[in-house]
Amino acid sequence: MYQRKLSLGFVLATCAIALAFFLSPAPQSSPLLARPLAAGFCAGAALLFLLAAWLADARSILPGLLGAFASGTASLLLLHDPAVAGAASGGFWAIVIACWLSGALGVINLANIRRLRGERQRVVNIAIPLLFGATVFYLWEVGVRGFGVSPVLLPSPSAAAARFAASLPILAGDFVQTFIRGVLIGYVIGCGSGLLVAILAQRFDFLGRGLLPLGNFFSALPLVGIAPIMVMWFGFDWPSKAAVVVLITFFPMSVNAIAGLAAAGHIERDLMRSYAASHSQSLTKLYLPAALPFIFNALKINATLALIGAIVAEFFGTPTQGIGFRISTEAGRMALDMVWAEIALAALAGMAFYGFVTLAERATTFWHPSYRT
Amino acid sequence: MATAKSNISIVGERNASPSPGRTTSGANSVSASDLASTRRRVVDAQNISLTFETADGRVDALSNVNLQVAEGDFVSFIGPSGCGKTTMLRVIADLQQPSSGSLLVNGMTAEQARLARAYGYVFQAPALFPWRTIEKNLKLPLEIMGYTEFEQQQRVERYLAMVNLTGFERKFPWQLSGGMQQRVSIARALSFDPALLLMDEPFGALDEIVRDHLNEQLLHLWKSTGKTVLFVTHSIPEAVFLSTKIVVMSPRPGRIIDIIDCDFPVDRSVEIRETPEFLKVAQRVRNGLRAGHSYDE
Amino acid sequence: MTSSALALPARTSRPWAQHPLVARYAPVLTMIAALIAIWYVAAIAMNWSLVRDGFEREETPYTTLDILSGTMDAERPLLPSPHQIVNAFIDGVFGYPPLAPRSLIYHSLVTLSATLLGFVLGALFGIALALMIVHSRVLERSLLPWIICSQMVPVLALAPIFIVALGALGLHGLLPKSIISAYLCFFPIAIGMVKGLTSPDPLQLELMRTWSATPRQVLWKLRWPASVPYLFASLKVAVSISLVGAIVAELPTGAEAGIGARLLSGSYYGQSIQLWAALVAAAVLASGLIGIVDLIEQSVARRMGAH
Repeated sequence: MYQRKLSLGFVLATCAIALAFFLSPAPQSSPLLARPLAAGFCAGAALLFLLAAWLADARSILPGLLGAFASGTASLLLLHDPAVAGAASGGFWAIVIACWLSGALGVINLANIRRLRGERQRVVNIAIPLLFGATVFYLWEVGVRGFGVSPVLLPSPSAAAARFAASLPILAGDFVQTFIRGVLIGYVIGCGSGLLVAILAQRFDFLGRGLLPLGNFFSALPLVGIAPIMVMWFGFDWPSKAAVVVLITFFPMSVNAIAGLAAAGHIERDLMRSYAASHSQSLTKLYLPAALPFIFNALKINATLALIGAIVAEFFGTPTQGIGFRISTEAGRMALDMVWAEIALAALAGMAFYGFVTLAERATTFWHPSYRT
Repeated sequence: MATAKSNISIVGERNASPSPGRTTSGANSVSASDLASTRRRVVDAQNISLTFETADGRVDALSNVNLQVAEGDFVSFIGPSGCGKTTMLRVIADLQQPSSGSLLVNGMTAEQARLARAYGYVFQAPALFPWRTIEKNLKLPLEIMGYTEFEQQQRVERYLAMVNLTGFERKFPWQLSGGMQQRVSIARALSFDPALLLMDEPFGALDEIVRDHLNEQLLHLWKSTGKTVLFVTHSIPEAVFLSTKIVVMSPRPGRIIDIIDCDFPVDRSVEIRETPEFLKVAQRVRNGLRAGHSYDE
Repeated sequence: MTSSALALPARTSRPWAQHPLVARYAPVLTMIAALIAIWYVAAIAMNWSLVRDGFEREETPYTTLDILSGTMDAERPLLPSPHQIVNAFIDGVFGYPPLAPRSLIYHSLVTLSATLLGFVLGALFGIALALMIVHSRVLERSLLPWIICSQMVPVLALAPIFIVALGALGLHGLLPKSIISAYLCFFPIAIGMVKGLTSPDPLQLELMRTWSATPRQVLWKLRWPASVPYLFASLKVAVSISLVGAIVAELPTGAEAGIGARLLSGSYYGQSIQLWAALVAAAVLASGLIGIVDLIEQSVARRMGAH
């Protein structure tokens, strides 16, 4: 049943390619057959699709993907023709549909593989979302260029990437200003003081019981609104952004750390009592290690919040540098490709930061049951 | 309410009815009581009571408990849930404070004894720290008590060997079975050489076969180290097999019903469980439990 | 078990301190009182030089007491004192007709409408996405990693783009702001619901299989009820993010109405009291919204057997 659907899908893709040979890629432009390179890729793609349709099982992944690649290349080649870009019609979209269909079939096919073990399974697990994402990016690219969408509305990924590559010095400066100065410093101070306050709250029960409800309350508030006040106190430059990050990261860390320090079991606490251990000995040998999973939970949450806080704080005013600054000014100038380049930078920084914290978490909390199931 | 039987306590006064388990051959008729009176009293509890308030009213967890334990004894506490046996152990360990009564552990108050690290406690669960290797888990009390690195290493090796777990130093607790983890827990309790070993249903979570094996190992350990052991259990065969003295307790209020002396041959193995002498002692324990209404709802 | 109970003496010596109400609220109230006290001290300290310089400039004679009282009532203080903020807030709420441009209620309503619309859209979309992911293996393995990845990306930074792009399409006012809010809150709801819908014990799922339950029945009778706690937890997160999104969305185009706009104008004109009053309004909105979600959660939980 599933094999029939797979075959059907690839047959449809072949039909789409065939259609492309008959319809013209754009009104008043030469047909596909007059473009040897693109035609060649399309023909190759059609053959690969037929092969995949005939195989119709896991073996069809490779020809299917190769065919997708070939038809994708053909469509991108077509876009180089100024007559096609911006005014694409039937023939062009048929190729795009064929490419998208085969990509989707590749994703479905990969997702249905069940029997692999270990290393190969991990490769497949990464390949599926990557392939899915690649398909989305492809559609975005051909959609924007084929329909001739105004760059003010939505630039194509290639335009954004080109702008990214061309603006590396600016991006580097923004990165240092926002991330290194604003985010990192604020993150360290905020998380550090949150942890310290949690340790004090554990020691002095009254403090803890008063602080926890307040901490929960403040975590839920739109603390980014504090940015203009911080600007008033610390000036336009990065200290005000760091101050915003400190405030934003303080509360999740203290709430989570208080919960974590209370996580040590009764039996373990009695054990320390039976050893007549001092409070600082119990803290370093029992309470803090047991609290690490909670602390890392907060560190991960804060990694994202810190970046958001710093960027949004820059919307409220900053000297001539910074990711948030660049986004708001370039958006005002309608230079959206630069905005997307900055967003790509922020996304990369965010993912790297989060990934780093996750690696540290894995190294220090390897013992937690959630890793062992 | 407490029955007349509930306050019998002094070691050795049970001579009146020689216990079936005791070997009273002619030549060896130096009774345990004579030996007992020359041995040091490790635990001396007088009229210990513990009451606490719950949502449903006052609960008498312990009611006028009297207990003396001599050095080298292996004392089992047996009874149903809620009879106060764990509570009594925790009171001796200064993990809970009694409402009234006096308690001397090793000649000091319970708190002083705890601060002097006079005992090792083994809980129902192994309570090993999952972020420490077995080796580091054994070193935990030693670090707290300030032993040198060299001494710590020595003790780790010695006590791991004593529980037959040499070679597992670098493993983590979750890589060991439940029985092995509990053995590590026992080794850890012994590692700083306390006079007293307090064990709260240490084998309760293990299956029968592992339990038998560990019973034999514990017996061997007790003989070779000569420690005084206070052992809480709800298994009658276990109590009879391991102990020199069995304290039968009953609930509501928590009190001692009977204290039974037990004197099986030193090199016993689990096979003595089928012998008539063993069964007589077990029967006596069961009678004590019935008298204390342990089998009622 | 008796091991965790405390042994109390028969008589408690300070009965009032053990009273449950006191024990529950005393720490928080003390903390709040301490905070207010610290605030006053900070206000005095931070406004001191400002006020003193003001006196110097006007060349009026002044005493320390004058400066002290001046710091607590300055016109453009660095840190307004608590009573100034409270007064400004009350003034903003009750001092003007609700729809007047200077009324805090008006601005709150503007932001609130965008927040609620975005929240509802985002919640519907997030739940729909979660349902699809749970029932399609393909979607789960291709889409879910991207959703998780997107949590690490500063999504709020996209707000200006949306505003500009949608503005170029001719959409102004409520709709772009709600789209941003919806976009921000559908991620946590989707993730939370996926966790919730996949939370049932494998044993319970097997039980459903022994009864040959259809996927739809499994959904309605097992997965959906099991996901209710996760749903509410993520709804609370989503509603506060939605509010933040609505506020931030008012920034790039220099909107005239809404709490974000008040924050912006307060910042431009140095009106710190107005700023703080707007912040308090935002805080009231946030806690109000979360409180409402919490109340709904508690009544649902009670009907589902929680105690």
